[in-house]
Amino acid sequence: MIAFLRNTWRGLTSMRTALTLLFLLALAAMPGALLPQRSLNSAKVNEYVAEHGWWGELLLELGFFEVYGTPWFAAIYLLLFTSLVGCLLPRTWEYFKQMRAKPVLTPRNLSRMPHHVQAELDITPEEAIGRARRALRGWRMDAGEDTVSAERGFLRETGNLVFHFALLGLLVSFALGKMFSYEGQVIVQADGGQFCNGGIFNYDSFRPGLRIDGTDLTPFCVEIGQFSAEYLENGQPVGFQADIRYQSGDDLAANAWKPYTLQVNHPLRTEGDRVYLLGHGYTPTFTVTFPNGEKRTQGIQWLPSDQITLASEGATKFDPPGITDSETRRKNQIAVTGLLAPTPLLHGNILTSKFPALNNPMVAVDVYRGDLGVDDGRGQSIFSIDQKMVDQGRLAKVARKNLALGEEIALDDGTKVRFDSVHDWVSLQVSHDPTQGYVLAFAVLIILGLGVTLTVKRRRVWVRATRLEDGRTLVEVGGLARTDQAGYGEEFTRLARAVLNEEKS
Amino acid sequence: MPVNETLATYSDWLYRSALGIYLFAIMLYAVEQAFARAPRKAEALAGAGGPAILTDEPRSEVTRSERIGRMGAALTVLGAALHLGSLVMRGLSAGRAPWGNMYEYMSLLCLAAVVTWIVLMVKFPIRRLGAFVLTPILVLLFLGGTVLYAESAPVQPALRSYWLVIHVSVISISSGVLLIPGVTSILYLLKDRNADRFPKLPSADVLDRMSYRTTVLAFPLFTAGIICGAIWAEAAWGRFWGWDPKETVAFVSWVVYAAYLHARATAGWRGRGAAWINVAGFALNVFNLFFINLVTTGLHSYAGL
Repeated sequence: MIAFLRNTWRGLTSMRTALTLLFLLALAAMPGALLPQRSLNSAKVNEYVAEHGWWGELLLELGFFEVYGTPWFAAIYLLLFTSLVGCLLPRTWEYFKQMRAKPVLTPRNLSRMPHHVQAELDITPEEAIGRARRALRGWRMDAGEDTVSAERGFLRETGNLVFHFALLGLLVSFALGKMFSYEGQVIVQADGGQFCNGGIFNYDSFRPGLRIDGTDLTPFCVEIGQFSAEYLENGQPVGFQADIRYQSGDDLAANAWKPYTLQVNHPLRTEGDRVYLLGHGYTPTFTVTFPNGEKRTQGIQWLPSDQITLASEGATKFDPPGITDSETRRKNQIAVTGLLAPTPLLHGNILTSKFPALNNPMVAVDVYRGDLGVDDGRGQSIFSIDQKMVDQGRLAKVARKNLALGEEIALDDGTKVRFDSVHDWVSLQVSHDPTQGYVLAFAVLIILGLGVTLTVKRRRVWVRATRLEDGRTLVEVGGLARTDQAGYGEEFTRLARAVLNEEKS
Repeated sequence: MPVNETLATYSDWLYRSALGIYLFAIMLYAVEQAFARAPRKAEALAGAGGPAILTDEPRSEVTRSERIGRMGAALTVLGAALHLGSLVMRGLSAGRAPWGNMYEYMSLLCLAAVVTWIVLMVKFPIRRLGAFVLTPILVLLFLGGTVLYAESAPVQPALRSYWLVIHVSVISISSGVLLIPGVTSILYLLKDRNADRFPKLPSADVLDRMSYRTTVLAFPLFTAGIICGAIWAEAAWGRFWGWDPKETVAFVSWVVYAAYLHARATAGWRGRGAAWINVAGFALNVFNLFFINLVTTGLHSYAGL
């Protein structure tokens, strides 16, 4: 039994196994780049599964659409890191032993070394050894009466161990980060809209780590002021920025605001959380004047359907005012849907957008009246109406028209819908990751360790001086690079020259 | 910032001239390779020994084919100078670092590969292999200049960061350097399979050592490039690592190159096994460059096409 365990452990920690596991890791990570992933684009995953029948179902069952969360992926990297630990522990032990050890004794036959030179000199062995000691200053050295053994490049192993331990540290911090981090997205209206990080219901979407239940979010508030965008003539954006105010920490109780300019690549960092400017779009405002003269004004974000021209689609929904009977109220709800063109271009009656900035914007609207289906308990998209209600005849299109700013459309029952104005909205992301600082620190150690271990060479030099019968001294120099011979030759030649030919230079 | 059209045009001219000169250099290298005599047995043995012997070529006689090869090397240096000029002009014309789209990225990558090759030519007697190395570079440059070409223009807001200067250049240069071991590893596999059939290739040992030394140089650089990318992603996208397709394939090729370094220290994997892994690593880099940028959609879709 013990033999079995020992053999398993040895097998697991051998280099060959580590190599196999590295390959498996590479292989297992690949599907994540080739197949749509749930975490990146859930809609695409559903589409892929629907299109590929049983094959899609099988991939779904096996977790190929969330590769990095599957047990088989976890199994590979856990085994790999067990193997790594098993390899590192004995090596660390060995490392500390070697740190105190003396350089290896001079081998009997130096001419067998990959690098070897010898010469007969007119000096005494003591002088030769003295020269060798001077030439080898800075090396770890062990000098006897007639031999010197020296070693250099111990940093190589240091760097190697630092690299591998940093890799372990990075993985552990990354894993902890996955437990305690969260990120949430929310759309906020510019020109005064506010968002407070009070709970997950303030978000449009929220992705918590495994140990986050949404109750203990870092408290802070942001208020979006003016949003501005700059474009090239061809519509390519050059810069986005939102002037915001925020309060966090003590400012919350004091109700004090600090200003900040939120830009792409320049998130707001406060209290360990970050707020990002992810995107923007437009909010058209409509005023509906009901037959009884009452007015209702609504502005809600529409979604860009074309990322270049920012032509946007959406649905602005109204409840008729002053009707208490829910049945009647539900039959007279109004939805203004259609297309918003920030810079309009008309082909006859067909409206499109030709530029992403606001420039006498126009909307092409379809006005629907009837039951929007918002009361049946199911959530529905804020960007569209429920097509089922239209199919069932409970919601009917009653008008269609292109509207410029200030223009209005009259319905058959005397209701009027006016297109008032357009405002900006911004989409924000809030990210919280308490361990990312550690990840960065380990990443820096990884680079340092790697740089050191791949540049420093571990090499040894031995010198032996033997008195010959004619009174001269045979001086031999042998050298060995322990890892990679390349590049050691020049240094060895220089050292050997210093020991053998000193009188010439 | 407006684009300086004159400089942009000069940049394009220099790019085309560099391509032409590389092509000419390839032909000269090929002539040298074709007409050179295979090294005599004694030299071949010396080639397997210490590097000290390798650094100096025997200077006894300069044959005609050698002279042609030297012309090829000189042309390579000239081509690299024009190539560098084209990149600098590009940057000046757009007023930013000249690696903001795929065409420019490819150009920088190939320049890094050519410069690495020039350095290797100085250190190892391998000039005649120039044709094998420059041909894939020329193919990449040609694809870059035709299929991927993009006009000189400012970049989108997400790319307006000093990390563009750091992350993209480091990744591009390290990928360029890694092209060389990719090619020499293929040559190693050929030579190792049948040394007699390829008598004019350097010894398998020299090829292996070249592959290792260039990989060892590029790997920490590539690692640093990925880490810089993660730091930038934290500032731009809200997380430092998100398994975006490009990130994933970069991670996979990093793992493959790590496997290469380990394979060289593992009995049974040294030599052929390691060479295959290196080739696989390079293939992954090419895949990451073309497939991930052009076919899949991810956050790294900056091809400008």
